[in-house]
Amino acid sequence: MKHNIAFRVKGMSFLINKKGLYVFSAALIILIAVIIASTALGDMNMSMIEAAKSIFGGGTSLHNLVVRSFRLPRILLAAFAGMALAVSGAILQGIVRNPLASPDIIGITGGASFTTVCFLALFNINDKGVSISIAWLPLASFAGAILSGLLVYFLAHKKSILSPFRLVLIGIGLSAGTEALTKFVMLIGPVYLASKANTWMTGSVNGASWPQVTALAIWFTVFFIITFILARRLNILELGEAVPVSLGSSSNKDKKILLIISAALTGGAVAFAGGIGFVGLMAPHMARKLVGSAYGALIPVSALIGGILVIISDTIGRTVFLPLEVPAGVLTSAIGAPYFVYLLYKSRNH
Amino acid sequence: MQGVIKKRFAKGTGLIIIALFIIVCMIGSIALGVTSISIDTFIHAYTHFNGSNNQVIIRDERVPRALIAVCVGSSLAIAGALMQGLTRNPLASPEILGVNSGASLMIVTAVTLFGASSPSAFTWLAFTGAAAGSIIVYLLGSLGREGLTPIKLTLAGAAMAALFSSLTQGLLTSNEQSLDAVIFWLVGSIQGKDLHNLSAVLPYFIIGWLLSLLIGSKINTLMLGENVAKSLGQNTFIVKLATGIIIVLLAGGSVAIAGPISFIGIVVPHAARWMVGNDYRWLIPYSGMLGAVLLLLADILARYVIMPSEVPVGVATAVIGTPSFIYLARKGDFK
Repeated sequence: MKHNIAFRVKGMSFLINKKGLYVFSAALIILIAVIIASTALGDMNMSMIEAAKSIFGGGTSLHNLVVRSFRLPRILLAAFAGMALAVSGAILQGIVRNPLASPDIIGITGGASFTTVCFLALFNINDKGVSISIAWLPLASFAGAILSGLLVYFLAHKKSILSPFRLVLIGIGLSAGTEALTKFVMLIGPVYLASKANTWMTGSVNGASWPQVTALAIWFTVFFIITFILARRLNILELGEAVPVSLGSSSNKDKKILLIISAALTGGAVAFAGGIGFVGLMAPHMARKLVGSAYGALIPVSALIGGILVIISDTIGRTVFLPLEVPAGVLTSAIGAPYFVYLLYKSRNH
Repeated sequence: MQGVIKKRFAKGTGLIIIALFIIVCMIGSIALGVTSISIDTFIHAYTHFNGSNNQVIIRDERVPRALIAVCVGSSLAIAGALMQGLTRNPLASPEILGVNSGASLMIVTAVTLFGASSPSAFTWLAFTGAAAGSIIVYLLGSLGREGLTPIKLTLAGAAMAALFSSLTQGLLTSNEQSLDAVIFWLVGSIQGKDLHNLSAVLPYFIIGWLLSLLIGSKINTLMLGENVAKSLGQNTFIVKLATGIIIVLLAGGSVAIAGPISFIGIVVPHAARWMVGNDYRWLIPYSGMLGAVLLLLADILARYVIMPSEVPVGVATAVIGTPSFIYLARKGDFK
């Protein structure tokens, strides 16, 4: 049996991995099912069929209101944040060639958190809100993500060799530094900021709105397409330091571009949903188990898994512990840390 | 590895010089700040106490603060030096090994769920959290055939720290009052603590300091490698266990008083190693002394940045420490 389907049109041709296609379709179906299930659950429960109807505006007017104004934006924001973080993690794991790297561990999330909290503190008026449009917030997080990404990247160079280990170590050091600075800004900043920033840093999609969903959706789609095009470069990078060069690929330049894309994706997710931890670590890993490590299939599948993970975490967080609401980031970390332990345990003899 | 100071006599003299320097820094710490205080006022505060503002500041604020800085600074530095020896890893330190985040989680849990507030409760909570955090990270980092490698240890520490701190934040989001109560503590600060906080922990510190001075030569042997140490007749398990207990006493005690003050435990032992080399009999007292100096200086500096309010000293050490950590990470030879 052939493993691939050849796809040829005039001017271009590519192979589609059959297994990848099956897994992708299955994951897509699960994602849609999870979205519908999550829409149905909450303070006001409804059946899956009612929920599906309401998504398209065909339910009762009350259901339509609850679903379309409150639940759906939140769920979609969770989905896009999860997808962005997962793709970002998949890229980083390719660059670092270590399955344990992720945007939160190498300091990209930390940098984004710092600039976001600074933004909230700088433009604060009378403890009530911010003096300029909140729409600029993503730009602040993105700037933080990119800056810390580049800083880690350049500091990890020595004699023009990028060592993956050094990248990880410097990222960890940098995130410890930015964490202290973030807490400091929270401390000297206005009172309301501390609790707001705290919720936000943990990662929560509470209070999502349609404009946020649209913005993140566009942001994610653009960078996802670029990543998908560059997937072959990632495949080559996985082969090590020497092979890419001998294959005519400029290893360092590719790494830089991919790192910026990865930071951009994380920055987008952090801007709207905060620092949801461990998704960038778990999702690519699970995807690798399902479809292998060829990036053409790995990237879309990780994205779907990331979306599923964050939606499930958020749904549990807002339904199980009522009347308390647990931020999605706490739950992803609660699943993610044991998973990380399992990864360390499994890789113990390599 | 040899340090800059080679002769035994010079090393001894060096210690005395640093000790004198600590006294100078302590006087600075007592005298400098929003309210400047003269030496006379200081002496009178203890000989002719008359309840004036300055005298109260000295007795209730400045002197406890200087003493806490000395104790916490030296404890953190010694804990860091011991961790680096035990794991044979130049990047090991309390914050990397999950001690700080473990203790923070434990204390925040107790504050939010059970309303704990007494210094002695904090001490025991911090010890438990510190011990649990470091044991988990150590075990995770040493899984596998090649044992404890710097990269695995650091990754395990970072992941556990991420888990603990996100649980901490989760607890805090569910309870905003306690956020206000603990946020200052979470950043790491030695301001506004009184001598009760110190006296709750001081016995453990003293035990930790004395044991760490005694264990120096044992660690020298252990540094030769597990097998060599065993063949030289050392019971490596006991030595490691004792070192672990000292680390928990010193690092956990520090977190209990001052919250997570980062980077002292990593920067200071390296400075000490540069001076006296890798001989733990000298490295430990040097680390302790230099740690006290660094924390005192960082604390004085923290008062001047945004006068009249203060930067928490944990932030000041992080600002000094991050570049040093990155320098060390760059210096190391990683494939």
